[in-house]
Amino acid sequence: MTTLPETTERKLGLVIDLDTCVGCHACVIACKGWNDQGYGAPLSDQDPYGAAPSGTFLNRVHSYEVQPETGPAQLVHFPKSCLHCDDAPCVTVCPTGASYKRVEDGIVLVNESDCIGCGLCAWACPYGAREMDAAEGVMKKCTLCVDRIYNNNLPVEDREPACVRTCPAGARHFGDLADPDSDVSKLVADRGGMDLMPEQGTAPVNKYLPPRPKDQIEDQVDILAPLLAPVAEDPKGFLGWLDRTLEKF
Amino acid sequence: MTIQQPKVDTSPAVSDEVHKTTCYMCACRCGINVHLKDGKVSYIEGNRDHPVNQGVLCAKGSAGIMQHLSPSRLRAPLKRVGPRGSGQFEEISWDEALEIATDWLAPLRRNHPERLAFFTGRDQSQSFTSFWAQNFGTPNYAAHGGFCSVNMAAAGIYTMGGAFWEFGQPDWDRAKLFMLFGVAEDHDSNPIKIGLGKLKERGARVIGVNPIRSGYNAVADDWVGITPGTDGLFILALVHELMKAGRVDLDYLSRWTNAPCLVNSDPSSPEHGLLLRDGDGKTLVIDRVTGKLTPFDQKGVRPDLSATYDKDGITHRPVFHLMAERYLDPQYAPEAVADRCGVSASIIRAIAAELARVAFDDAFELDQPWTDFRGEQHDTMIGRPVAMHAMRGISAHANGFQTCRALHMLQILLGTVEAPGGFRFKPPYPKPPEAHPKPHCKVRPDSPLDGPHLGFVHGPDDLALNADGTPARIDKAFSWNNPMSAHGLMHMVISNAHAGDPYKIDTLFLYMANMAWNSSMNTGAVGDMLTDKDENGDYKIPRIIYADAYSSEMVAFADLILPDTTYLERHDCISLLDRPICEADAAADAIRWPVVEPDRDVRGFQSVLVDLGARLFLPGFINEDGSAKYRDYADYMIHHERKPGIGPLAGWRGADGSGGPMSAGRGAPNPEQIDRYIENGGFFIHHIPDEAQYMKPWNAAYQDWAVDLGLYDSPQPYLFNLYVEPLRRFQLAAEGHGERQPPEHLRTRIRAQMDPLPIWYPSTAPDPDYPINALTQRPMAMYHSWGSQNAWLRQIHGRNPLYLPSNLMQDHGFKDGDWARVTSPHGEIVVPVAEMAALNPNTVWTWNAIGKRKGAWALDDDAPETTKGFLLNHLIHELLPPKGDGLRWSNSDPITGQAAWFDLKVRIEKAATPAEAQPTFPPLGSPVPKGSARATPKGAS
Amino acid sequence: MHPAKSVILFTTLSGLGFGMLFWLGLGRPDVSGWVAFVFFALAFALACGGLMASTFHLGHPERAWKAFTQWRSSWLSREAWAAVLALVVMGLYATAVIFMDQRIAWLGVLGSALSLVTVFTTSMIYTQLKTVPRWNHWLTPPHFLAYALAGGALMAGQVTWAIALLALAAAIQIALWRLGDEALSASGTTLATATGLGPAPRAFEPPHTGSNYLTREMVFVVGRKHAAKLRVIAAILAFGVPILALALPFSHLLAAIAVLSHLTGVLVARWLFFAQAEHVVGLYYGKRAA
Ligand SMILES: Nc1nc2c(c(=O)[nH]1)N[C@H]1C(S)=C(S)[C@@H](COP(=O)(O)OP(=O)(O)OC[C@H]3O[C@@H](n4cnc5c(=O)[nH]c(N)nc54)[C@H](O)[C@@H]3O)O[C@H]1N2
Ligand SMILES: Nc1nc2c(c(=O)[nH]1)N[C@H]1C(S)=C(S)[C@@H](COP(=O)(O)OP(=O)(O)OC[C@H]3O[C@@H](n4cnc5c(=O)[nH]c(N)nc54)[C@H](O)[C@@H]3O)O[C@H]1N2
Ligand code: SF4
Ligand code: SF4
Ligand code: SF4
Ligand code: SF4
Ligand code: SF4
Ligand SMILES: [Mo]
Repeated sequence: MTTLPETTERKLGLVIDLDTCVGCHACVIACKGWNDQGYGAPLSDQDPYGAAPSGTFLNRVHSYEVQPETGPAQLVHFPKSCLHCDDAPCVTVCPTGASYKRVEDGIVLVNESDCIGCGLCAWACPYGAREMDAAEGVMKKCTLCVDRIYNNNLPVEDREPACVRTCPAGARHFGDLADPDSDVSKLVADRGGMDLMPEQGTAPVNKYLPPRPKDQIEDQVDILAPLLAPVAEDPKGFLGWLDRTLEKF
Repeated sequence: MTIQQPKVDTSPAVSDEVHKTTCYMCACRCGINVHLKDGKVSYIEGNRDHPVNQGVLCAKGSAGIMQHLSPSRLRAPLKRVGPRGSGQFEEISWDEALEIATDWLAPLRRNHPERLAFFTGRDQSQSFTSFWAQNFGTPNYAAHGGFCSVNMAAAGIYTMGGAFWEFGQPDWDRAKLFMLFGVAEDHDSNPIKIGLGKLKERGARVIGVNPIRSGYNAVADDWVGITPGTDGLFILALVHELMKAGRVDLDYLSRWTNAPCLVNSDPSSPEHGLLLRDGDGKTLVIDRVTGKLTPFDQKGVRPDLSATYDKDGITHRPVFHLMAERYLDPQYAPEAVADRCGVSASIIRAIAAELARVAFDDAFELDQPWTDFRGEQHDTMIGRPVAMHAMRGISAHANGFQTCRALHMLQILLGTVEAPGGFRFKPPYPKPPEAHPKPHCKVRPDSPLDGPHLGFVHGPDDLALNADGTPARIDKAFSWNNPMSAHGLMHMVISNAHAGDPYKIDTLFLYMANMAWNSSMNTGAVGDMLTDKDENGDYKIPRIIYADAYSSEMVAFADLILPDTTYLERHDCISLLDRPICEADAAADAIRWPVVEPDRDVRGFQSVLVDLGARLFLPGFINEDGSAKYRDYADYMIHHERKPGIGPLAGWRGADGSGGPMSAGRGAPNPEQIDRYIENGGFFIHHIPDEAQYMKPWNAAYQDWAVDLGLYDSPQPYLFNLYVEPLRRFQLAAEGHGERQPPEHLRTRIRAQMDPLPIWYPSTAPDPDYPINALTQRPMAMYHSWGSQNAWLRQIHGRNPLYLPSNLMQDHGFKDGDWARVTSPHGEIVVPVAEMAALNPNTVWTWNAIGKRKGAWALDDDAPETTKGFLLNHLIHELLPPKGDGLRWSNSDPITGQAAWFDLKVRIEKAATPAEAQPTFPPLGSPVPKGSARATPKGAS
Repeated sequence: MHPAKSVILFTTLSGLGFGMLFWLGLGRPDVSGWVAFVFFALAFALACGGLMASTFHLGHPERAWKAFTQWRSSWLSREAWAAVLALVVMGLYATAVIFMDQRIAWLGVLGSALSLVTVFTTSMIYTQLKTVPRWNHWLTPPHFLAYALAGGALMAGQVTWAIALLALAAAIQIALWRLGDEALSASGTTLATATGLGPAPRAFEPPHTGSNYLTREMVFVVGRKHAAKLRVIAAILAFGVPILALALPFSHLLAAIAVLSHLTGVLVARWLFFAQAEHVVGLYYGKRAA
């Protein structure tokens, strides 16, 4: 339903570690593969072998460069799918009620049989998390793999989103962010998990763990350099040191 | 407010069946669960039980369904009907195809087996294809290793009896400092990512040494944006600092390496530089306990790193003395190398100090008693948590062999190889270089070759030369040009065959290698060579047979096409005889099996080779009565025995298929072996006992375990070769010693570059006209040329810009999307540019193998891969620019012949936007209809 | 945004149509019989034509009725209700005027009000979108209302009102253009807030080398110079020419010129309204209007 639940029992979502994501696109394709045969209509591709191939994806990996004040530029891979916002504007704009946020777990879903494909929800989403499927004419978005996470036909350890299951680097974490004791909540607390576009007031459930500080080794040279106090300055001196040291063995 | 929400079926049925097999979207060989609905592949995910990927899957692996359904799949055997290169074919039956092949090959085998050149590309059945070639009797066989990473492999095996990737891996669970040199993706792609994830989780430090900061290097804690080709210098500066500070593992060096071995130090001796050995050929050391000369491996010996030994008036000095002399030289001081490496002296020093800190101050002990090969018992294992990994960034340069050696030397000095927390071998490694075969090249008509083609030479006597000193092989592997070319030189085959140098061949038989495009240097000219005719109007390379599964660029240039199945439709064997899927803590092998049947008239290529072998009456493929020995490849996998009881698959051996402990590794063929594999998820794993997990080259328990499994016939403990004596033997020849002498023009080079201790020399001669380094990187979501036929993956990488560092963007006034003319000594290309800040200031790069030739891969002629995508290969030549001496100097490492892809130097200028990326080629004809004729990627072909 | 024809037509035509209905509901002009028929027919044609056009961009127009369900929260749903109510009320009113020659004033006023509400709901669909700072402005509803009232007055031959309202609409439009140009930067949403990656991240590789729904739909960039030119054209056609034509002594030709010019101008202005709408998602793709 188009109005948002005041609260949800749980807040299932993803925590994405920008310090660990290597930008491999595994999550992008696992998501495509699963959702091509799972919840709702398959994700179509247009002109797949032609000049302008383009298709529906529920998860895409961007990359950004960051130039710190000192030190070399850095590159950050940045996966992005629906953030299952608490104050999801995509839901309230929907005229048909096709877009809704589930009371039990906070997952934001599109009920495709109600969707008229007006596109307004995609407009309301600041994150680019919704894509209209060109073949089906309905809005597609990350389902948080609602057809996996409770699926009794899957072994228990597989009841997690396809993108999380596949991420080789372990940069994607899934869990209940309403529970302060959950692994994901702890990660967020430990690592300073952040919201994207907080000023948009969407209150995203998904969190991003920022990259750790980089390129610090040169600053540590003063601490480290004493470890390299020379035992000798030339080969002769070195062999002398060697003999002395071997004596002690 | 109550909210009514639709009822969602949260437990839909996932699929009808799950078949577990092995991925082949790349050569990492992850385990996959292939889901089928209505008998069709519906979804692919990682197999959680699989040792390689533990459930995860990369983008390519998940997109396998789109490769399996690709419109570019070949559909039946093809006979060329138009001119070569036109891509005009006629579909023929398998009988006809096999008859043609037999008619072409049988006379060759009878009279001139060497006129067949059989080269295989990305396949994983080299123990099988080489067996076939050996039975055929041609010396001209190799796989793709020569253009890939033979520097890494050979340097690893000569130095420490194993190398990175499938031969070894970092101790991901215990390392605290990890250094990664020149890797964008590598074949161990999922394991590296899993490993990086573990390091990150533990807060271990990752240092990336790479001119480009993307992917793994982007997540590295520290980035060393090194100038390409200078890693050797950088590493030797680290060695300099560590030695100077005495921060090396003397105990490790003395026990497990040839640092204490004694080198003949008399320049006038014909054995100058060789190691002192006893009558059995064992290297000798001075025992610190007794002060006596003794073979290195005697019980209780504690080799002395410092003692010298005089024999017959000749002083023999320990290797370690020579190392001290060399590496303490100020030429390796950080300040002396900083400018050339593009790395500041303070960073070099900080990294050296951090290596020392973690290796020695963070050392730990594993409570694990073990016994070494000298019989000494150790209560614990000493962990040195510094791990390293490297690949083609240091390998694919003309100084790559020595650079890789330097890297191994660094690891060994720190005592980290095979120590907990360091670098660990995977079975069947470690294996001393002497345990490998030597190359064989003796051709006798109508008979098999005298032994395996490829191997490890230990001196000039092992070269593959004819009596007159000319190269015996078409690729000139194991010749004086590149004596240690352990993997052959696939990148020289077409060029040499075309030039008739060293001789002409009749049939070029290629398998799974896109040699007319992305795996060739000088791509345009290779097309010309393949289509060039002699004065009689005959093709200079008379016959080309090619086995591919897809409509690649190479297909258009063949005369006979043997269409392969996709990886989900055939049997494959990922064997311990070859390149298995082992992990550091276990031996493992795997199979592929037809999880779906082909819907086209195609056959698994290995089965075709089995058939062809029988038709040609190759001894290994027929019974005594001349009948075919194997039904197909599956039958071969089960019944072939290399040695009694040892075959392609190690699991579930034994005629009764009992599955008892003795069925691992050794045992009679088990007719139900493949079924057992399928039941087990497509793989077999056999764990190494705890006490044998580390220190494997010297660990008696490991050695015994390996013998039990059939990896060796007897224990093979050995010392790491900081000093590689075989290199010295070539130098000695170049200095005029011995019977086999190098040609004059190579003497200086061999003396200078085949140094038994790691050195650095510039990988190219500096040329002010071409000041910029140009590199490629593998995209994680694409595998060479295969990926572009994949409807999902080509959306991610449909074209490739040339990335320029910000300073070059500014200098040339470029904006993203502008076009540049990029010129090398060999040619020019015109391509779109984009900015990258996190890049070495003197380096440009692009993604590898995205550019496609029009007509190939069932793509439309205006596909972005053909209009905006491009290859750097047009700028790279298999030969260096002529030096005016009339000789053809190949663009390869002088020691191993490794193709020097990354030595490319260019200049750049702004160009007017062309209609398409330059150069352009006319479209190839295609034996398959365009994919755009289909409604959806999943649509029937 | 990618300026879709259907949406430009919809907002232009239905704005004019409901604007005209507003005046007709107030009995301006006070017409009856065939003349009334022509006026009402034109107004209904514009309003309904616009609504029809708006369904063209739907993926599932056959389910359009479902859009009535969410009036409690969705401006689009409210627009659907308002439009239908306005059309029904004005239909009854028009029937009375045309066929019974009876002007039921209260019904007319109700219809006029509903017509304005319809235009207002339309404007709120855009105004509510925080994701498009240019639209997310208190002036957007006045802007739509002024356009509708001015256009309606023009169509309804309310010369004095038309001149005044055209001038007002022009003023709002110019203000909105100028404020709009600053809106994205004033919104506080930047690539830095979008990614949390420090003060000034730079987009490197996009997630795909080709286009996708988002880049096609929302990441549409109009050149600054091109836009400036179009604004001048829009202002002259939508407001300048009609005001001038109306100020001159009445002639049917001039009236026709005023209407056509206004219509063309509004189409151009609407094209700009959509084409220049910078959606914040463009930040992720490293794009913003030049
Ligand atoms: N500029 C530049 N060039 C390079 C490199 C570089 O770094 N830079 N790297 C080099 C290196 S290391 C390598 S290994 C080469 C790789 O280059 P190639 O060995 O040419 O690799 P692929 O493009 O993967 O092509 C292999 C062929 O195998 C076919 N194939 C795929 N699947 C199957 C199958 O199941 N059966 C059969 N029979 N055929 C199949 C494909 O259709 C394709 O034609 O490229 C080299 N070229
Ligand atoms: N996804 C995917 N995986 C693949 C492949 C693929 O095509 N796609 N190909 C497979 C094959 S055949 C191979 S051989 C492996 C190769 O795997 P990699 O070794 O990772 O090969 P490249 O992608 O060529 O990466 C070479 C890296 O070396 C860096 N480099 C270049 N020159 C230098 C240098 O002088 N010093 C240093 N330190 N770095 C340098 C480049 O910037 C680049 O990052 O990958 C395998 N895995
Ligand atoms: S799979 Fe993991 S590492 Fe790869 S792009 Fe996605 S989040 Fe990043
Ligand atoms: S990310 Fe976008 S689509 Fe997802 S809930 Fe938030 S606003 Fe809606
Ligand atoms: S596209 Fe579908 S889900 Fe989105 S707002 Fe329109 S009706 Fe609702
Ligand atoms: S949770 Fe499921 S639907 Fe969402 S991005 Fe991951 S794989 Fe795709
Ligand atoms: S790394 Fe990827 S493509 Fe390669 S085998 Fe594993 S899953 Fe397949
Ligand atoms: Mo390779």
